[in-house]
Amino acid sequence: MKMISRRIPILALAAAFVLLATTSTSLLAAASEADFNAAYAEAEAANKQAGAQRDQWTTTAATLANAKKAAESGNFDSAVAEAREAEALAKASVFQATHEKDAWKAAVIR
Amino acid sequence: MNLRPAIRLASAAFGLATLLSAALPAGAADSVDPAADAKAFQNYFTTKFPKLKPADFVNGPYSLNEDMHRQWVEKEEFPPYEFSLEMGKEMFAKPFRNGKSYADCFDNGGIGVRQNYPYFDEREGKVITLELALNRCREANGEAPLSYVKDEMAALTAYMAFTSRGKPFDIKVPNDPRALAAFENGKEYFYTRRGQLNFSCASCHVQNPGERIRAETLAPALGILNAMPIYRSAWGGMGTISRRFTSCNSQIRGVPLEPQSDEYRDLEYYLSYVSNGLPISGPGARP
Amino acid sequence: MASTIRVRATATGDTTEVQALIQHPMDSGFVKDAKGNLIPPHFIQQLAFECNGKTVFLADWGTAVSKDPYIKFSFKGGNKGDDLKISWVDNKGASDTTTAKIQ
Repeated sequence: MKMISRRIPILALAAAFVLLATTSTSLLAAASEADFNAAYAEAEAANKQAGAQRDQWTTTAATLANAKKAAESGNFDSAVAEAREAEALAKASVFQATHEKDAWKAAVIR
Repeated sequence: MNLRPAIRLASAAFGLATLLSAALPAGAADSVDPAADAKAFQNYFTTKFPKLKPADFVNGPYSLNEDMHRQWVEKEEFPPYEFSLEMGKEMFAKPFRNGKSYADCFDNGGIGVRQNYPYFDEREGKVITLELALNRCREANGEAPLSYVKDEMAALTAYMAFTSRGKPFDIKVPNDPRALAAFENGKEYFYTRRGQLNFSCASCHVQNPGERIRAETLAPALGILNAMPIYRSAWGGMGTISRRFTSCNSQIRGVPLEPQSDEYRDLEYYLSYVSNGLPISGPGARP
Repeated sequence: MASTIRVRATATGDTTEVQALIQHPMDSGFVKDAKGNLIPPHFIQQLAFECNGKTVFLADWGTAVSKDPYIKFSFKGGNKGDDLKISWVDNKGASDTTTAKIQ
């Protein structure tokens, strides 16, 4: 029980940070190419981790491609938004793969 | 906005789940017993579909209700895989440029051997599927390998399955830790949820066979490989086991692995083994 | 090359039942390939079955027929051992013909 109660505030804090991060960019001025490169690199790193766990999502790949396309046309606001979306998808796939590492056993026919 | 409490709740649930799963003892469930797995697997399906004989499962959705069964009988009179079968027969008989042929690579000249694939190769320490063996045969004889998902590979395996019709699957898991690990990995792949839709192979083919997903009736996992390769009307063409695996993965929005990657080979090994005793019925036709 | 037509005709009483399967892409002209280019239309325009020199089934087909089409019909007349001639012509001028014996 002690461990659980310690974990909740950390996760809630992390979630709050994500919320803050997304809201703050939309309030700021237009995103730059550097913002995009940073966001894209993070998304790609997360997707690579999913690849190592053999669980990449097609939607992550499609969103990454959209991000790149937007950046090439100079629309960095939407490029950054797409890259963040891709990162969220990739992280969800990593979570899924990590969770399933043990959870699959519950489904086995016995 | 009450998003934050929701997120807090969700993270709490995740945290709890992670803790619980970590806390569970990893004891009895981890010992590998293929024979017991196969027995439980077959028992699950025969209990779920008490009217079906074990051999009926090899016809997939066509066994599950009378209407579909009538369609199947009529289809078998004039099967859509006939052209592919004929092509496979010609390809199989045609010698390579060095004078050898597929028959030289297989026991019994490649006739009536489908039920023994995939097998565990103790020298290599890996699973060898029929599709892999066919391409290795080509490469050993100086020919370029075929695509695992296209028509030629389907035609060849269709012919080899046809000559093995009625023979029961006879997959062996030798008492070798690597073979047991391959079996276990295949099982893990089969039951692991993946893709954005969060489906495992088992979500459809164990938990919901006979139910519909959109207009299609889901086939039971038992005997599903016995009918391979298949002519799928939805594809308008033939498909190999590799094609079935990769397209299942992409349908649940997962990026498919390379055909014949270790995971798919292990998956085929597991799925074939648990259908041991059921007759080969390939090539098959599916809606 | 092997024939693109498979046929089976069986006579029972005074009717003959015919089943046939034809290998043909039947491209409608509305489908794109992997690169996004339109696949040009390529379909069977006319399909004919003749028994003893008399046409028993004639179909004018368009693009709405599926790939590798299957046809089943029966007609009055036709005896065991009679010749049944099947032929098709597509929009590119290609054709194929085969003759089967009624069983």
